[in-house]
Amino acid sequence: MQKPFKRSLAAALAGLAAAAAAPQTLAGSNEQFFPLATYRVGAYASSGIPVWAGMIDYLRYINDVEGGINGVKLVWQECETEWTAEKGIECYERFKKGLNGAPVAIYHPNGAPAAYALSDKAAADKIPLITLGYGRTEATDGGVFPYNFPAMLTFYSEASVVINYIAQREGGFEKLKGKKIATVYHDSAYGRETQGTLELLAKKYGFENIQIPVADPGNEQSAQWRQVRQAKPDWVFLRTWGVSTPVAIKTAARFGFPADRIIGDIWASSNEDVLPAGEAGKGYLALTPYPGGAGFDIHKRIKQHILDKGKSDLKDPKSFGSVYYNSGLINAAIAVEAIRAGQKKFGNRPLNGEEGRWGLEHLNIDDARLKDIGFGGLMQKLKLSCSDHEGGGAARVQQWDGAKWNLVTDWIQADRKLLRPLIDAKSAAYAKEKAVTPRDCSKA
Amino acid sequence: MSASIHRLPAPFDHAPIEIVERRLPWGLLALLGVAFVLLPLLGGDYWLNAILIPFLVLSLAGLGLNLLTGYTGQTSVGSAGFMAVGAFATYGFLLREPGLPLPLALVAGGLFAAAVGFVVGIPSSRIKGFYLMVTTLAAQFFLEWVFVKFPWFYNHASSGTISAPRLEIFGHPLGSAEGRYLLTLGTVAVLTWVAVNLVRSQIGRNWMAIRDMDTAAAVIGIPVERYRRLAFAVSSFYLGIAGALWAFAYLGTASAGSFDINRSFQILFIIIIGGMGSIAGSFIGAAFISLLPILLSHGGQLVFGGSLDAGQVQNLQKVIFGVLIIVFLIREPEGLVRLLAKLRARLAVWPLRF
Repeated sequence: MQKPFKRSLAAALAGLAAAAAAPQTLAGSNEQFFPLATYRVGAYASSGIPVWAGMIDYLRYINDVEGGINGVKLVWQECETEWTAEKGIECYERFKKGLNGAPVAIYHPNGAPAAYALSDKAAADKIPLITLGYGRTEATDGGVFPYNFPAMLTFYSEASVVINYIAQREGGFEKLKGKKIATVYHDSAYGRETQGTLELLAKKYGFENIQIPVADPGNEQSAQWRQVRQAKPDWVFLRTWGVSTPVAIKTAARFGFPADRIIGDIWASSNEDVLPAGEAGKGYLALTPYPGGAGFDIHKRIKQHILDKGKSDLKDPKSFGSVYYNSGLINAAIAVEAIRAGQKKFGNRPLNGEEGRWGLEHLNIDDARLKDIGFGGLMQKLKLSCSDHEGGGAARVQQWDGAKWNLVTDWIQADRKLLRPLIDAKSAAYAKEKAVTPRDCSKA
Repeated sequence: MSASIHRLPAPFDHAPIEIVERRLPWGLLALLGVAFVLLPLLGGDYWLNAILIPFLVLSLAGLGLNLLTGYTGQTSVGSAGFMAVGAFATYGFLLREPGLPLPLALVAGGLFAAAVGFVVGIPSSRIKGFYLMVTTLAAQFFLEWVFVKFPWFYNHASSGTISAPRLEIFGHPLGSAEGRYLLTLGTVAVLTWVAVNLVRSQIGRNWMAIRDMDTAAAVIGIPVERYRRLAFAVSSFYLGIAGALWAFAYLGTASAGSFDINRSFQILFIIIIGGMGSIAGSFIGAAFISLLPILLSHGGQLVFGGSLDAGQVQNLQKVIFGVLIIVFLIREPEGLVRLLAKLRARLAVWPLRF
């Protein structure tokens, strides 16, 4: 036993040593590296592919049309994560030192498992992570989470936006009293994340808060929607994801619950969520920080300079302007704008992670800037700071008409002041568990 | 039954006790030296974090399953469930008993997993084969459900994830890549040494007797049921510690989703490809399963980077990986370890084959 054991172990390790070539680095290049941790295979590939197309098209647009960020060209490379934590770590470790001398300023983990796994590692390596619409809500507190940026809309804000929208529809917050709002949620950490927020809001506005879990994967939901029918809620907040969304919409129709009384959340708001539901999806509402549609200014520019010239990464031109494609545009735009902000302090050169974080914490995209970069209406105003890594906290509500999404509201702002104590409590608990001494944000 | 039947034919007083000539295992010592000293010095973050730590943890998990499946002949698809128990139990101990040193917490987590494994293994006294496998499948889904459903296990975190508390041994922080690597390597080395001795002991021989033919084993007086349950417990102990290392030394965080059925299959494939009933096979299988895709990914980037559609390259890698598995298994159904042994035998007589 022992001899073959040691020999084969030695052989395995020798093979290992021969396997990987050390990444070469060239100093002094004037390029900024954009690592793309993507998932093009695996269960979630279909939703990922348009996102990467959006990101790559925007980066290409910046390079080819604007000549880079203040002259600093962008380079990118992909790495497959399959939406898993372990491949996500491998990609991160592969990319964190940069590419041929081009440093990493900002990293998108693109996937909740990887985002959690990288949270501590990125803080140790001083590389900021942007997790748009996922990740730790309590990372809003940049004092405790200096390198995590759940930018634009956290799950807490999302719940608040829904209640504000319902109040708008019902004609004021006082009308919420006695109303029934049911949340049908994916029974996972993601699905349960809004429970505390909704409880707080229910107490404040006096509506009845009904929580109905759907077990993963959720491809059979008769029991849940029977429960919904018995409870007769005025509104349903649908916090499902993946296959459970179209199933929910279809099952709701079967039980006679009107689609225009269901409001889907960020992860139940894409074209891929409603298309499989067919007719039942007509009238379905969904809130989103990155609405669908190809009529925004940036789309015209990208169509002219990238799509029509055959440089787009899109395989299926129908996805142009889809919710996921637009989320890719916004993800890339936040990173580009943050680097621009950082360059104001550090000069027009490629930035490293620490400088990228400075840029993110001093990011201020106002209406004028949004108009400039062509994201007016597509993206909300965003101002980040040391103590506030979320920034915006608004979403628009869109409605599916059977063929495309139509925006039915302007930006609806979450009541972030009300929710902040919840976030502070969570981040303080985290700081205590990990023995982190929070940064003093008044000095940052 | 009279005593005379049991009397041995001749006294063993003068029989040679040491049959094999004992030599210092220089190769193994050199390997350990490289692993403990050279690699942490030269490895760098990418090698340690992304390649060596997961390889070692998967090897340990494969080893654990090999004790149950390869040595005792009980197939299990619940490995990831036991890993989850180990991870969540270790986290619980570290969280709620802040004074507990890390090695003890790891062992406690492993013991907890062993207890759960023992309970899951109780049906093994009545059923075997595919039917037993289904009970482990049930355990897998049940355990996964438990760690999603009851927030107490993850300290009521809204995200449902547990994250590594500060890792330290006797005051030495182990947060760095080197520290976590050495923690993993040390644990794996000790547990491998234990396993090597275990399978050569009475227990291991009983397990193998049961694997080869349980009726015969029962006839010669081996308490089959007890040893089957013992195999479940020991295997789960290994898997539990592997789970804790996976969560804390490697990922730095974990949720029930980190230990889903796919992980169980991954570990089962490790021992099938590496070699059932072989300790080295667990390591070779883990190397194959965890390192080959990374190698392919680097190769794909090098060869096609930018020139071919990224999605196609990813799918191509999957195809190559799958084809390689099939080729190896056709070439040698007993696993890579057997293939290497054959190769070695051939090289030993090379170039004079006849």
